[in-house]
Amino acid sequence: MKLIISTVLFIVIAGTAFPQEKYFTKTGNVIFYSRAPLEDIDANNKNAVSVFDKTTGQVEVSMLMKAFEFKKALMQEHFNENYIESDKFPKSVFKGAIGDLSKVDFTKDGKYLASVSGKLSMHGETKDVTAPVTFTVNNGMITATSELKIMLEDYKILIPSLVKDKISKEVRVVIDINYEPLNH
Amino acid sequence: MRHLYAMKRNLVTGLLFLLTYGIHGQESDLLKQLTNESGKEYVSYAFKSSRVINGHSMEMIGAGVLDFRILHRFGQVNQGISEMFGLDQASMRIGFDYGLNKNLTVGIGRSTFKKEFDGFIKYRLVQQSRGENSFPVSLVLIAGSTISTLSGFDSVKKSFSSRVAYYYQGIIGRKFNSRLSLQVTPTLIHRNFVVDGDQNETFSLGFGGRFKLSKRIAFVCDYFMNMNGYPKEKFENPLSVGIDIETGGHVFQLHFSNSAGMNERAFITETTGKWSKGEIRFGFNLSRVFSMTKRSNS
Repeated sequence: MKLIISTVLFIVIAGTAFPQEKYFTKTGNVIFYSRAPLEDIDANNKNAVSVFDKTTGQVEVSMLMKAFEFKKALMQEHFNENYIESDKFPKSVFKGAIGDLSKVDFTKDGKYLASVSGKLSMHGETKDVTAPVTFTVNNGMITATSELKIMLEDYKILIPSLVKDKISKEVRVVIDINYEPLNH
Repeated sequence: MRHLYAMKRNLVTGLLFLLTYGIHGQESDLLKQLTNESGKEYVSYAFKSSRVINGHSMEMIGAGVLDFRILHRFGQVNQGISEMFGLDQASMRIGFDYGLNKNLTVGIGRSTFKKEFDGFIKYRLVQQSRGENSFPVSLVLIAGSTISTLSGFDSVKKSFSSRVAYYYQGIIGRKFNSRLSLQVTPTLIHRNFVVDGDQNETFSLGFGGRFKLSKRIAFVCDYFMNMNGYPKEKFENPLSVGIDIETGGHVFQLHFSNSAGMNERAFITETTGKWSKGEIRFGFNLSRVFSMTKRSNS
């Protein structure tokens, strides 16, 4: 009996404890830019999914590589077919934590600079990444923006020698997320 | 009994712990749930080009994309070294396809063979998809017409209508995996004017396939099986095999075929070469795409 009560209590407490702490989005914005003398490439993914726990600072971002939209249909085809191989590796996942969470006061409106570090999995490779992140708190709404640089060779994304000068080896990724409170 | 009770409790606590802290997996359950709700996903890139080799493929060119196509068919390889295995002669087609939207393409072309113009409309009714409410195949409809402008054309009849032919196709195609795509293409060709012993309507069943050998190279095969019409001793079913090579904005399709024609009327109803006799030709399709409109990213 005692066990049942404690179990129920535990579930209730655990269940009710979530909403105020966890935030999520299904419409996170991820843009990547690749600048090279011959070919500027940029693409936008408006459907990144993210979960953020403001008490522990744990953050996860996941996105479908196929959801990246390019200005040119052919670039999109090459991105999916030749470079990121989205049939084989459909998702990219970041899993990490905010390092200096004490700097951010989620109860007070304002802009806070912190840093996030964790593991980024993409194209079958997982690498440690660290990037600055800016939190904007406005009326209880949390917005997070971050920018990081990715070297294509770290993720074994190969550029054929024929177009080596056309395509930048480095990609700039900008992430912009408006979090909503997670209600069960 | 006590032992059992304690074990049970441990188990329950353990399970709860797992449930609550399951988030620390590779990709958390919560995140997975959120991601998977998005549902239906379209299957793209079944073929590298909008043509398998001669015939249309289930693939569409993108919205606002202009595909400039130059096609060559050389002479028969069995002519030997004096004709450089056919390379001394060439028949060609120059064409432009334009993607009005992702499911609608129009195209025009001109072939040296019979000085023929051709034009077509290609519409994708259904695109193959995965996930919720998915559909296992792509369905594409094509209607086209050809007009021969050859001056000495068939002295019997010289009216404009006798120079015209029409073709209608329905492509049922499926990309089975990232390497293999197959399609079947029932085709009806109507020629306003045919020689004695031939029929105005030709039914043909087309088969096309692609097998990717590497990221940028694919093996392709294209065959049309004619069901009726034309004297069988004179004409053959067109069979073409080749490879697609993609280099950035270009797709090169290099192939061998017993057909010299480069529009549907010509290659389906007017193929004379026999594979068994080495009456095959080397040929290539060169496709260069240009993005005419900038798709807005915002």
